[in-house]
Amino acid sequence: MTATPEPAQNLIDRDRLNDVNLANQDGHNSFIDQGFTWLVQGFAMSVVIVLGWMSWVIFRQAQPAIEKFGFGFLWTQNWDINELTFGALPYIYGTLVSSAIALIIALPIGLAVAVVTSERFLPPWIRSPIAFVVELIAAIPSVIIGLWGIFVLIPFLQPVQQWLFQHLSWIPIFNSEPAGPSMLIAGIILAIMILPTIAAISREVLIAIPKELRTASASLGATQWETIFRVLLPSAISGILGAAMLGLGRALGETMAVTMVIGNSDQISTSLLNPGNTIPALLANQFAEASDGLHIGALMYLALILFALTLIVNMLAIVLVKFLKPGEA
Amino acid sequence: MKETSITQELYRPLSPARTAFSRGMTTIAFLLSGLALLPLLAILFEILRQGIPNLKWEVLTSLPAPVGMEGLPSGFANAIVGTVIMVGIASLISIPVGVLTAIYLAEFSKGSPIAHLIRFVVTVLSGVPSIVVGVFAYAVVVLTFKGFSAFAGGFALSVIMLPIVILATEEALKLVPTSLRLASSALGASRFQTVFRVTIATALPGITTGVLLAVARAAGETAPLLFTALFSQNWFEGLTSPTASLSVLIYNYASSAYAEQNTLAWTASLILVGIVLLVNVASRIVTSNRFKIR
Repeated sequence: MTATPEPAQNLIDRDRLNDVNLANQDGHNSFIDQGFTWLVQGFAMSVVIVLGWMSWVIFRQAQPAIEKFGFGFLWTQNWDINELTFGALPYIYGTLVSSAIALIIALPIGLAVAVVTSERFLPPWIRSPIAFVVELIAAIPSVIIGLWGIFVLIPFLQPVQQWLFQHLSWIPIFNSEPAGPSMLIAGIILAIMILPTIAAISREVLIAIPKELRTASASLGATQWETIFRVLLPSAISGILGAAMLGLGRALGETMAVTMVIGNSDQISTSLLNPGNTIPALLANQFAEASDGLHIGALMYLALILFALTLIVNMLAIVLVKFLKPGEA
Repeated sequence: MKETSITQELYRPLSPARTAFSRGMTTIAFLLSGLALLPLLAILFEILRQGIPNLKWEVLTSLPAPVGMEGLPSGFANAIVGTVIMVGIASLISIPVGVLTAIYLAEFSKGSPIAHLIRFVVTVLSGVPSIVVGVFAYAVVVLTFKGFSAFAGGFALSVIMLPIVILATEEALKLVPTSLRLASSALGASRFQTVFRVTIATALPGITTGVLLAVARAAGETAPLLFTALFSQNWFEGLTSPTASLSVLIYNYASSAYAEQNTLAWTASLILVGIVLLVNVASRIVTSNRFKIR
């Protein structure tokens, strides 16, 4: 027989194999088969139902606030529980700004990790452990990162914040006396938390680039870094954008760590050294005590905004990562 | 053009600018990668430093002592029990639903448009912020039954676990060679028998790994529990009462003004991180071994 023992499945066309009907035509068994097929299909549909149910329930609960405040909710900034006037602007602003800081910090670092762990700078046996350790940060519960933020990161970065205030206070984003918790710290904590997402997905995208592109570029005389900048990164750009969007989606919805280090102030401030607030942080702080219908409605309205925001960002990310693979664009 | 001698060409083929660019970028990339490793090491170091001195038997077996009462044994046994019960409820809901959904996606769908939709929804669901899941559970369970409960917490955690279980199980099922399914069918097995006796049996290590990862993730979730299970200073009082959990305990005690509560938060973190890292590293070893065999 043949000298090379090829695995059986490689000899047969895989796509055609999937069309083979494994269903039994025999009476009794076919009855069980039919029922089983319906059962798994039903359970699979339940996932779609859960997402629809979630959107509908939150939308319905937000109705009182939507009727009362309309779209003006998005750009008014008074949140008073006693007078029952609610405006979402400070929280939307805080959510977007802290996530933007996170993305600005995490994107270059994540790309650096992706490049170092996918290209031939290091021997393979050390490359994947580095990638694994970076990805491990994603596994640490966010409340623990928040605990570390309160007791280690804030005291550690306080001198940095002081320095920024003393020397760069002519820039509007650094023009306030830092008190510890701040928008900047929240952004840095978020950067730490979304770094694994960006690094892992960018790495996968870079590894998926055909080897021919690398060798062709090298044979034209490009150095490794010229190859990275002129060949690899451009062809991986949609995947990298998708990774950034997934990271952004995670940053927008991140709750515990941000709540613990952002300082929870309801004022909009241009200075990043001032405390701020985000939608998830406000939800975490107020939901358990909310009793008035309109207050709960306003919180639900905020949750709905956050839900819609992350849904759009995540869908965009999935499209970018899945459907625009390198080389196909 | 400037003349370059042959020896220069041979020994220094690159212009100084290109060499500098290469070296500079390599240095920057390595520095940034080092920076990326720093937070994890700093977090683990701090958890060990603050958590280990207080890791005594009484911490695992007694209730949190009222603040200011020195000499009383103080711990978070109720939070451990609460976390185990709520993650248990979540597993009971999400594992059957998740595994059956994954079976549909991997075995029955044959690239149908419904399967594409479901896969898309699962990915979207995995990206829904955990606080929004908490809001959902609040609206569905807490508002309906007029009270915070362990069941509400478990329900919220099940929604968090569901997409993780589905994606991991589908991956595990996809690794089972088609020839095994054909062989089973050729021996006269029905589809139902093939799935349960052959496919699932072969993919079991992978499925278990995925389920354990989901359990570890659920055990560390705080946001969905804050206003569904709330918190409690007492022992578990039933599925319809507010229930303590390790993660909410860490949150509450982290911002406490009392040093002994801060210490308890660090010790609870040590236990939680221990479980999470153990599961992650173990699953990494299991999956990488499986890839080597294939």
